[in-house]
Amino acid sequence: MATVTQKQQLFGHAPSNHYLDASHGVMSWIFTLDHKRIAIMYMYGVIASLFLAGIFALVLRTELYTTKQWFLTSAQYNQMFTLHGAVMVFLFIIPSVPAIIGNFVLPMMLGAKDVAFPRLNLASLWLYWLGGIFFIVVLATTQLDTGWTFYTPYSTSKSNTNVIAATMGAFILGFSSIFTGLNFIVTINTMRPKGMTWFRMPLLLWGLYSTSIIQVLATPVLGITLLLLIVERTLKLGIFDPNYGGDPLLYQHFFWFYSHPAVYIMILPAMGVVSEMLAVHCRKEVFGYKFIAMSSVAIALIGFLVWGHHLFTSGQSDLTSLVFSAITFSVAVPSAVKVFNWLCTMYRGDINLSTPMLYVMSFIFLFGIGGMTGLWLGALSTDIPLHDTYFVVAHFHYVMVGGTMTALLGGLFHWWPKFSGRMYNEPLGKLFCFFVFVGFNLTFFPQFIMGSLGMPRRYHEYAEIYQIYHQASTWGAFTLGIGIFGAVMVLVYAWFFGRKASGNPWGAATLEWQCSSPPSFHNFEHRVIVSEPYDFSSVVYDESVDGYVPVIPKREATPNQQPATVPH
Amino acid sequence: MATTKVERGEYSALVDLEHNHEHEHAPFIAHHFYTAEQQFDSGKLGIWLFLVTEVLFFGGLFVAYIIYRYNRPEVFVDAHHHLDTLLGGLNTIVLLFSSLTMAWGVRAAQLGDNKTTAISVLITMVCAALFLGVKAVEYSHKWDLGLLPGDMFSYDPHAHHEHHLISNYLLLLCIPFAVILVATLVASVLHLNTGKSVIGRFYGGIAITMLGFFGGVLVGVLWMAGAATDESHSSDAHAAVATDATARLVSFEVDDAAAKTPATTEASATDAAATTPAVELPVDKKLGVFFSIYYCMTGLHAVHIIGGIIALSWIFYRSLAAHWRSDYFGPVDYVGLYWHLVDLIWIYLFPLMYLIR
Amino acid sequence: MADHSHRNETGHSGHGHAGHGHSGHGHGEHFAHPAPVWILFGTFFALICLTVLTVYVADNVELGSFELVVSMGIATVKSVLVGAFFMHMYWDKGFNVLVFLSSVLFFALFIGYTLMDSYETLPNVTNYYKTK
Repeated sequence: MATVTQKQQLFGHAPSNHYLDASHGVMSWIFTLDHKRIAIMYMYGVIASLFLAGIFALVLRTELYTTKQWFLTSAQYNQMFTLHGAVMVFLFIIPSVPAIIGNFVLPMMLGAKDVAFPRLNLASLWLYWLGGIFFIVVLATTQLDTGWTFYTPYSTSKSNTNVIAATMGAFILGFSSIFTGLNFIVTINTMRPKGMTWFRMPLLLWGLYSTSIIQVLATPVLGITLLLLIVERTLKLGIFDPNYGGDPLLYQHFFWFYSHPAVYIMILPAMGVVSEMLAVHCRKEVFGYKFIAMSSVAIALIGFLVWGHHLFTSGQSDLTSLVFSAITFSVAVPSAVKVFNWLCTMYRGDINLSTPMLYVMSFIFLFGIGGMTGLWLGALSTDIPLHDTYFVVAHFHYVMVGGTMTALLGGLFHWWPKFSGRMYNEPLGKLFCFFVFVGFNLTFFPQFIMGSLGMPRRYHEYAEIYQIYHQASTWGAFTLGIGIFGAVMVLVYAWFFGRKASGNPWGAATLEWQCSSPPSFHNFEHRVIVSEPYDFSSVVYDESVDGYVPVIPKREATPNQQPATVPH
Repeated sequence: MATTKVERGEYSALVDLEHNHEHEHAPFIAHHFYTAEQQFDSGKLGIWLFLVTEVLFFGGLFVAYIIYRYNRPEVFVDAHHHLDTLLGGLNTIVLLFSSLTMAWGVRAAQLGDNKTTAISVLITMVCAALFLGVKAVEYSHKWDLGLLPGDMFSYDPHAHHEHHLISNYLLLLCIPFAVILVATLVASVLHLNTGKSVIGRFYGGIAITMLGFFGGVLVGVLWMAGAATDESHSSDAHAAVATDATARLVSFEVDDAAAKTPATTEASATDAAATTPAVELPVDKKLGVFFSIYYCMTGLHAVHIIGGIIALSWIFYRSLAAHWRSDYFGPVDYVGLYWHLVDLIWIYLFPLMYLIR
Repeated sequence: MADHSHRNETGHSGHGHAGHGHSGHGHGEHFAHPAPVWILFGTFFALICLTVLTVYVADNVELGSFELVVSMGIATVKSVLVGAFFMHMYWDKGFNVLVFLSSVLFFALFIGYTLMDSYETLPNVTNYYKTK
């Protein structure tokens, strides 16, 4: 019967002519305006950066296995941790979730054909490549040893490394990030179809929207800061460099006005991803939808008020430190709102321990630890002894790696059927998730202990008492490395040889699962049925497509009254 | 459509005739938009967000300005003697006028009047180039005097400044504009002769814009020449400025020597403090920092003016090609908003730089 | 069905064009708000007057420490005029105005905190140089 064929075409595995197949040749990718292809190309770059910076991390950890210098000189060690940080921050973590998962699913979740400005989206990708080239130049030339923060006056007058190429690269990557953010805000504001009201948007969109606000408001300040740094280094301006009458503390204010909100650029989209996966894999409506949505916006805004907590020991005035410390604690409130709501969502849910769900549970656990230890660093009295120790290193790795990277991996597994049209190998996915979780904790938990014992960061030689922790950490790093590499390999294998996936293998209710897998060039070949994003009764399992199809309700398609917020 | 009821199982009813829908699009509506208004609204929100990033981009420099003005007010008072208020004022009025013509151009585009749009946009471009011409004279004059940023600052109030009417720096700055002028003039004539009137007029417009630059240079040079004659008549005021600045520069030079010979740094710094006891912050006495901020702010602004001219010439071309209609004028509006922002930033830069007492 | 393809039917009732349907594609005048000519010229002359005023005040009126406040105040009046009329904010959607004003808010935040810290640390810096 025609209906069955039609159903298979609309909601099954895409028969042909999907976005991967719509056109061929390298040029059709480099010049594509399709948000899905741009997302895939971002993915190559982001994963390559992850591996590159991950190798740096393993080299660092290997060097730290012994108390004395082993195979890296101190200068090489400085360059290694700088490049690990810079590549991870600028090339991996900031673009990771928004540029891959955001670019791919945002228009589809919204029910749109593309983002508002496809050309700007492509420009953002090209700028990402260009910024990456600058970092490759840094690697190939005299490298970089300033730390990823480029603090003055070391970066402007002392360092002999290629600071200008690195800051130029970060400057360009900043614009790439701005373009993505701008595009997402406009897309969410103007591209929502009728029926898709603000509070029917999946939580990932709220996360991405909040992220985009930060990208647009904070990243320009990074731009001007790095530009001033470049000019300061070449022309000796005297704005940041005290040798010429400048103020190095001013640089730190400039830098952290961006870089603290940037921490939320890194974590907010990950939180959105977690909210999505949690609801789907627990088959339960998200508990406290509005609170999770609003807490994203709240984190984004409060995130602008706390940058001074990076300057507690930099010579910042006592009054300023006091104010910043107090406000820092308020970030904990919306973060906790999210965590509690996630836990309540799981409560009495129909939990399916699939690979994405395991990543979600790792996220909640690791983010919990990362977030709580942040409070100790936000408090002035405890920050003074903990500052610049491995405690800080462990804290932000728990949030960034344990949080964002875990969510990214989980998100890739969750949306892989949509990306590639194929299912991954579930047992292997779970196995490597286990490696990631165990390896991660083994790497970073000892760092909390040695940090509180006083082990300073950025040293490649250390006292005997810390060796046991460093060795555990190194073993953990390799376990984590195996886990990440294995997880990526499971996905790569699935891309080519996986079982064909239907349009909606998870039974999710958000709109991207109403497309075929992989989606067609226009995303939807049919009218979109907008329902509540977590109403799991809106989809039913259908054998003919080997997946879920939307229930077509016997009701009027749209609410009788006009929703309050019509997209304009 | 919105109230269609679809019974369970009727998936065929979901199949939208997207492809039929496509060719209903007016040619200027991109495929992923449904209406002209949706496209316009998206672009408009996009450009506003872009302006937000611009404000914060410049914001960093304004913060640096305020901090240094707060910390070293006397440096800023000294420094502004080197800026010509009336040239700055003239440039302000030129930019305000260009904003008026831009707004007029947007209005004309909204009414579908492409010819008026083209003329208004061309006037805007000429004003922008004129602004740059005046700025080029100001910059080159300062470079001649050694009023350079930061460490390169080498102004010596005692030295006799031979006033060059046309400095070498100015000639250098004129070269790219002269090249574009000649190239576009030739291209314009060639195209007009072969009957390609749109592209010919476009190149002609660019040539006129470049002439605007040289007009600005002329105004600036003549004004400077006049000011130089005035100064020789009333050298009292000039001398007062010079002594004022000299007092600061003594300590400046001592510090500089200290910075360059690290071995004696502490000793010289102590000397500096001892020899200039009236000064609270001996190390910071630098007009150079003012000029760092001055060049960063006005330079970044000038870069935005150049970017504006490029964007405006695109609008100018499309106006000549008669692309605008009452339901499609977005690009004019967006570039217009950008242009007004450039004006808006100058509205703040002018009093901050030129009007310090 | 919730339908995303015919937005202009009911999606923009604010402009009174509901039911215009697809024929509406060619007729979008309803979102263009050409500014009246007299407003444009009035704004321009007001801006010129304010420019002359600010130069006059700077050269001839002794204001002491209020000088910066006055000149910034005049600049702000000028930018409000440019924003409201040249940039069409007066006719624009509230959300767009909000977006633009948020940049001012965050700039104020940036400058406020940084200036506060600079104000607080300046005595330390001064003392440091004095003792050196």
